[in-house]
Amino acid sequence: MAEGELLIRNGVVYDPINGVKGEKKDICIRDGKVVEEVKNPKVIDAEGRVVMPGGVDIHSHIAGAKVNAGRLFRPEDGRKGVKARTKVCRSESGYSVPNTFATGYRYARMGYTFVMEAAMPPLAARHTHEEMVDIPILDNAALPLIDNNWMTMEYVKSGDMDLLAAYIAWMMKATKGYGVKVVNPGGTEAWAWAKNCDLNDEVPYFDVTPAEIVKNLAVANEKFEMPHSIHVHGNMLGHPGNYEVTTSTYDLVKGIKPYRDRPAMHATHTQFHAYGGTRWGDFESKAGAIADYINKNEHVSIDLGSIILGDTTTMTADGPMEYSLYQITGRKWTNHDVELETGSGITPFLYSGKSPVNTIQWAIGQELALLVKDPWKLALTTDHPNAGPFIGYPIIISMLMSKRRRDESAEDMHKVIFDRAEYSSIDREYDLNEIAIITRGMAAKTLGLHEHGKGHLGVGADGDVAVYDMSPEETDAGKIQKAFLNTKYTIKGGEVVVKDGEVVATPAGKTYFVTPECDDKLTDEMLVKLKDKFEHYYSVNFNNYPVQDAYVPNPYEIKAPWRS
Amino acid sequence: MIKMGTKVNLISGRTIVQGQNLDNKLSEAYFNEVATCELNESDMEKLGVAADGHVKVKTNYGEVVVKAKEKAGTPEGVIFIPMGPWANALVSGDTHGAGMPSFKGIDAEIEPTEEEVLQVKALMKTYME
Amino acid sequence: MVEITDVVCSLCGCVCDDIVVEVEDNKVTKVKKGACAVGKSKLMGHGRIEEPAIRENGNLKDCSYDEAIKKAAEILAASRRPLLYGWSSTVCEADKVGVELAEEIGAVIDNTASVCHGPSVLAIQDVGLPSCTLGEVKNRADLIIYWGANPAAAHANHMKRYSYISKGYWTEEGKKNKKLVVVDVRRTPTAKMADVFLQIEQGKDYLVFSALRALLYGYDDVVPEEVGGISKKDLLETVKMMKEAKFGIIFFGMGVTHTRGRHNNIVNAIETTRAAHTHTKFSIMPMRGHYNVAGINQVCTWETGFPFAVDLSRGYAWYNPGEISATDLLIRRECDAALIIASDPGAHFPGESIRHLSKIPVIQIDPFPNPTTEFADVVIPAAISGVEAEGNVYRMDNIPIRLRKLVDTEYLADEEIMKSILEEVRAIKEKEGE
Repeated sequence: MAEGELLIRNGVVYDPINGVKGEKKDICIRDGKVVEEVKNPKVIDAEGRVVMPGGVDIHSHIAGAKVNAGRLFRPEDGRKGVKARTKVCRSESGYSVPNTFATGYRYARMGYTFVMEAAMPPLAARHTHEEMVDIPILDNAALPLIDNNWMTMEYVKSGDMDLLAAYIAWMMKATKGYGVKVVNPGGTEAWAWAKNCDLNDEVPYFDVTPAEIVKNLAVANEKFEMPHSIHVHGNMLGHPGNYEVTTSTYDLVKGIKPYRDRPAMHATHTQFHAYGGTRWGDFESKAGAIADYINKNEHVSIDLGSIILGDTTTMTADGPMEYSLYQITGRKWTNHDVELETGSGITPFLYSGKSPVNTIQWAIGQELALLVKDPWKLALTTDHPNAGPFIGYPIIISMLMSKRRRDESAEDMHKVIFDRAEYSSIDREYDLNEIAIITRGMAAKTLGLHEHGKGHLGVGADGDVAVYDMSPEETDAGKIQKAFLNTKYTIKGGEVVVKDGEVVATPAGKTYFVTPECDDKLTDEMLVKLKDKFEHYYSVNFNNYPVQDAYVPNPYEIKAPWRS
Repeated sequence: MIKMGTKVNLISGRTIVQGQNLDNKLSEAYFNEVATCELNESDMEKLGVAADGHVKVKTNYGEVVVKAKEKAGTPEGVIFIPMGPWANALVSGDTHGAGMPSFKGIDAEIEPTEEEVLQVKALMKTYME
Repeated sequence: MVEITDVVCSLCGCVCDDIVVEVEDNKVTKVKKGACAVGKSKLMGHGRIEEPAIRENGNLKDCSYDEAIKKAAEILAASRRPLLYGWSSTVCEADKVGVELAEEIGAVIDNTASVCHGPSVLAIQDVGLPSCTLGEVKNRADLIIYWGANPAAAHANHMKRYSYISKGYWTEEGKKNKKLVVVDVRRTPTAKMADVFLQIEQGKDYLVFSALRALLYGYDDVVPEEVGGISKKDLLETVKMMKEAKFGIIFFGMGVTHTRGRHNNIVNAIETTRAAHTHTKFSIMPMRGHYNVAGINQVCTWETGFPFAVDLSRGYAWYNPGEISATDLLIRRECDAALIIASDPGAHFPGESIRHLSKIPVIQIDPFPNPTTEFADVVIPAAISGVEAEGNVYRMDNIPIRLRKLVDTEYLADEEIMKSILEEVRAIKEKEGE
């Protein structure tokens, strides 16, 4: 946070959380926070340029065990995007798996100031935090995986929701995590025996189903005033015909009352879950069916997982999915199962516009954005790096804003796009207010971060601002893309960190974590069971498990009281 | 089959005592463990060397004197020197483009000797000449 | 006397974290529980480098920390091709400063992986690594294969805590319902415990992996009666055990990485694992040596993009093992100064490379004197990580664990020493106007 005053003058401001839709407006910042007025500020002239709050990414894999395993086994990716150190910046490397420094600089250059690391294996949480400390500029948080955990499944089986909540609370604190992440519930545990689970299959040895895991976690999560809902990567990701599994998963939380005005489930990288057909040969888009569900219901929010064409590195706690993908491509494959908790797989992948399947996947991501009517229900993501690297966001933005660009692009894709996707028949074009919603407002609200100064520019908000070098009237898709790739200015906590697309300062980001407050008696009862797991089954001692304070040098704690 | 001057296959590796003295390499215990060469019984006999007798091991990359030690389970024609300065006096620095020297599977010659085994400090001095 | 529990061992890649010690008068006086003979020896301590020292006229002369750090910075700032090597027996916090220093002076930074599991990294970059955490092995594995690894000597608690002898959820009877296969050139103490010991001819690992792969894929007819000293019958029996296992794991050691074929052996080992995975759950894991060699690979990767052998002379990371690994650099007599930290190339590098290293200015940072000290020009004593200093390390399965500080010390921690050198180098560069 920078001391002193800053005035961003005469920009055209899009601040959807505060209902500001392209008004010419000054933004005043003092000591890192937005204020009503300033007296003796440093002035940034934003005359006629688009101004938005700092971007908030709801789901991106930027730090931790599998991200680094991706870097390690892909030196060929590391060699892309190398940039020598400067007086301000450390050296950069990588494209789909950039080093930590490049991750911070590139997000900042796009005007982002907060990124949620989407999957933290609890046993390796220290690793995630070590890397987040090394990501400059960005504020950050991470979602611990709590779904394939033996503790979770045992409580789901016994139906002890309060004890499950106590376990969630303990794990949030132990991992310095932000919210409950679910990845292929049950399926990843089954993968430890080289098996997988569909939504209503029984998890081997545990006598529960993935559907029960999801539902119970949602119930337990809402026992606290958690800022975020459960964050779900459902079963059968990437399988033709999976859209019904997807909507059935959404149905599980219908009727669960969230603690505040957000859905009870955030369903992530929905593109991968919106597939029709029965096999790759008759694979088709079901974005319409998913969008229809989202349009009619209020209990689920989504993010896109939109495809960026080209080579990338896929990585997920969904071990069996990565194995399937590796069997398709025959490329290198890394797997890492994590005792009592989760797993992961990594394999490189090329999204080609010449491939009919990739073409439909590419269409689905954008179709979802265009067919869901209310942009507050969705966030722009590429599930970085799974559907493509985050630096592709400006491409997606330009597509959503320009029907013309979509039409031109469709011509270069496999012709299947015209008969197995709705893509070319959709005329909708996003305006900048809607772009601001899907790149900051919605994510901040869904994560509950708007109450902590993120994603908006109201008085008291963090002084995180992006000034894009474009006029609000711009319609040229190429110019829009260029403007969103490199800001004129990015301001973080009142400090100019990017100027004319170059990083000029690299302050450390804060790590946000949630502390659910749980009754001691309940916690003690839960700990009897948990300590037994450590005594007999974990390979690390109970007392060495929780993430020590040293790993979070810039903490931002959010307390989540028990809802009586 | 080992004869004087006949080639053997040299490998190096860890031992418990070597590990215990990893941070104690200037000690007598380290010297006694690591400045040794393990051979099987029949190779010892053929070579005509008694337990704790000294042998000189030569490769294309260097030579070193170490104590002979009988060790069952070592195949005929293979000698084992615990990883450390004595083994490494014999090792090739050629990494075959992989960054890794050849620590195992080195063609070597072995013969009994009356020469003394160099202490670690004296051995290191030979590099500085 | 104070008893300290949950002590984390800073010796080998097992990073046992269930050790109990007694501390009296600021000294570890007893290791009560948990540690193996090797770890115990580490915790109890050895003779130290007592004072910082600078070599003058061939002899090390004691000096202050400030003087030693200043001299070290002068050497590094003046070097045109510096090598920063070691990093495996210290904590990640120190490693991070090392990478920063390497960037600052355009150095090559390399770590001990280049002489232990560097070839494994190359193989992983070729085909990936289907693996798991050690607790997975403990709870599920009913077939354990040690290949070119001798844990009884090198990782003495490995079998007890994580594999053959451990008891877990589906393995509550311990070794009773498990099978142990050992592949080695020598009949090692580990081999003596095996259900099946395959005594392989030295240097024939690649052939034997190939034979197992062929058998796992059902091509029995192409495998000859004997491969690398192992009979087809024994190979078939091994393959049968692999197929029938519910959860199999191959642990491989330097017997495979050090030997002819190097990374090609590991590629074949991983391909064998993949072949076994077509029948059942199968994983593979390198037996990492030093307690934090996995950690420097992690840090170097997230900070530069690459795990070892990274050349920062261009201002960005250039990765090319075999060209700029420490051994190659030394054999070519390319580097003109070296900082050696938390490792001992004097003992563990080929004589050919020590010959050059001993002739250039060398800065050594280590708690203990060792062969490298014999030719080091600046010697800086450090606190012992895991005894006198805390910090993060990565176990052989890449699980991060925090080392505990057990006693106080007046020696500086590696991280502090590195930071001081970095500051001093920056001051020199600033003075020279860069």
